[in-house]
Amino acid sequence: MARCQTSDEIRQKGFDMNKEETQRIGEVIQSSTLGFAAQCYELDDFPPLGALVETQSGDNRVYGIVFNAATEAIEPGRKPLARGKNETSEEALYNANPQIAKLLKSEFQALAVGFKKDAKIWRYLPEQPVAIHSFVYLSPPADILEFSRSFEFLNTLLNSNITLAHEELIAACLRQMSAVQEDKHAFLVAAGKHLATGLSNDFNRLRTILERIKQ
Amino acid sequence: MSTEDKRMGIVVSGSTNKGVEVRLDADTSVEDMVVGRYVTIEGRKRRFFGMITEVILGVTDLSLTQTPPDTHDSFISEVLCGTGTFGTLEVMPYLTIGGDTLSITDGPQPVKTIPSHYSTVQLAQDSDIELVFGKEDKERFYIGNPLDMETKLCINLPELVKRSNGIFGKSGTGKTFLTRILLIGMLQKSASVNLVFDMHSEYGWAGTSEKTREVKALKQLFPSKVAVFTLDEENSRKRGVSTDHVVRIGYNEIEPEDMSLLRETLNLTEPAVEAIYQMRRKFGSEWFLKTTQMSDSEGTKELLNSLNIHESTFQNLQRGLNMIKRLPFMQERTEQKTVNRIIEDLSRGLNVVLEFGRYTDITAYILVANLLTRRIYSHYRDKTEKSLSGLSEPPIPLVITIEEAHKFLNREIANKTIFGTIAREMRKYNVTLLVIDQRPSGIDEEIMSQLGTKITCLLDNERDMDSVLSGVSGKSELKSVLAKLSAKQQALIFGHSVPMPVAFRPREYGSAGSYKEFGAKADDFEQAQQDIEDLW
Repeated sequence: MARCQTSDEIRQKGFDMNKEETQRIGEVIQSSTLGFAAQCYELDDFPPLGALVETQSGDNRVYGIVFNAATEAIEPGRKPLARGKNETSEEALYNANPQIAKLLKSEFQALAVGFKKDAKIWRYLPEQPVAIHSFVYLSPPADILEFSRSFEFLNTLLNSNITLAHEELIAACLRQMSAVQEDKHAFLVAAGKHLATGLSNDFNRLRTILERIKQ
Repeated sequence: MSTEDKRMGIVVSGSTNKGVEVRLDADTSVEDMVVGRYVTIEGRKRRFFGMITEVILGVTDLSLTQTPPDTHDSFISEVLCGTGTFGTLEVMPYLTIGGDTLSITDGPQPVKTIPSHYSTVQLAQDSDIELVFGKEDKERFYIGNPLDMETKLCINLPELVKRSNGIFGKSGTGKTFLTRILLIGMLQKSASVNLVFDMHSEYGWAGTSEKTREVKALKQLFPSKVAVFTLDEENSRKRGVSTDHVVRIGYNEIEPEDMSLLRETLNLTEPAVEAIYQMRRKFGSEWFLKTTQMSDSEGTKELLNSLNIHESTFQNLQRGLNMIKRLPFMQERTEQKTVNRIIEDLSRGLNVVLEFGRYTDITAYILVANLLTRRIYSHYRDKTEKSLSGLSEPPIPLVITIEEAHKFLNREIANKTIFGTIAREMRKYNVTLLVIDQRPSGIDEEIMSQLGTKITCLLDNERDMDSVLSGVSGKSELKSVLAKLSAKQQALIFGHSVPMPVAFRPREYGSAGSYKEFGAKADDFEQAQQDIEDLW
């Protein structure tokens, strides 16, 4: 797959680079059919849990839901140490140890939940994993609204193979998405009804999610 | 309003035997669903008409019932409504109409299949009811409105009177009002005449409603078409009824069959009834008088011995006969004037109502009804047979209305009485029955199965319900509709003259406006208006 795209190419696909640039949060460092992992450009500057993120990969604009984030040492064997015993504030700690930012990295993982191709959104797995080093953007409200018109992606989340409890992830995702909705309540009720169908034989899981999304 | 606006749910399962299960949409409240209401189901190829027979609450997960969510949490309730928790209906499809032109001209047909999965279900519209039951016309009579609908429910009366029919319901559920409405309908549209044995004097001149308001009955509304006969002249006069004829019964008119019908009410023993037949053989038509006049003499003993009748049996018999003799309308001898007069009126197309006045005792009712009916029936049979051989015109179809029908048609005597014969032979001789009863379980099953159309108000006895619904397809479903009828002014009609069962609210009866709607004479209407003004 042709990896590098000029900003012109991207613009032709209807993506506003200038606007998105401000919301660019990282780049893909690991990719699979099920999703991707991305490294944040700034330490601890994660997208929220359950946030919708997107990345352009070839013709596809792939959407992912953030399900995990972590900050750890760049070198696996080198664990961070507590250094602030004699510092007055955390800011002072960073100032006294400028190497910290260089020795640590922040990463997040997202599950692929859909993609946009030829101006149409498909809420299932893209044919190809996203290309490595694709830039990852936090989805703007307009994209969230468009993507959340159907709740089919919730089924992908429900059936995903992740260690995080599905209920937590789904609730977080719906909370994130509801924030940009005009009628937040109606959105959450509709999502709840969709889940109720999927979890028709497991009311306790449904209740866990509903408890986490009600206002 | 488009059909989509009225959509209530979709068919999710079903069988021809038990009807279909309809899952309600989330926005349709089960509380708006009423057992007995009509729905239409849009199948792929055809349209079905059915009735709601059961409303059920369902859950997808049992834990919803075992550990219900917090009911104060409106969000969870809102989410669960229509998803985890939902309403379902059981609907019995009765009629279907195909989509092609031929089927549309043929009209609705009985169902032989069920709608396919996920067919949409709507509440029936007025136009659907009209399609099924037809509009009010010269044969169809408006009897009421289907439950919760404004549209007119019409039944085909010439079709109705071709068979014997029944009106059932507990006391106070509106049987009498319903009967009165039906009698007016028959009088106007069925091309038949009625003979009403009016036990409580409710149909001839005036009846009462439970609000103790007097309502007009047949003679007041249609004076030229109704003749009122009375057994109790004095009572009729007191009530201000204009009667046409006073009925007297002669001892010589009583036949042994009449007595065997009265066995129970007169407390006669089996041997006593047997003795009656022997007396009849011995004394001929004078048996009644002679038997009652026999004194306690040697001659009597000898006679009893010769007839092999035990003395106690004879005493039992005499006691019974004396009870009849004491009835004030009994006379020593009549020349069958009453019967002839009734037949004459009936053949002129007049409807005859026989009022019993104060003699509401069941003995008098059974005796008179059976005696007169037997004569009238034999007259009809002769006339019909003559007409079959081309000698004369067939008689006008006759409908005989009897109350407390289980006294005439119970298991023990149904095959002995004339009413049993009429119910069984049906319209062969142009005579049918309209039986009115509050204990249908007391009526012989064979007779019940011969009734063409049954109209039933609320019944709450299990056996009565079973008896009314015996032989009807979808019995258990109809039973749940029947059991849930309101105690007043609601009824269920099913059988020969209606294409499908329907629960309905009988039309209004008793107001000045209602009389006018029945097509009573214009001056009656004015009179009614005058009455109202006087009242104020």
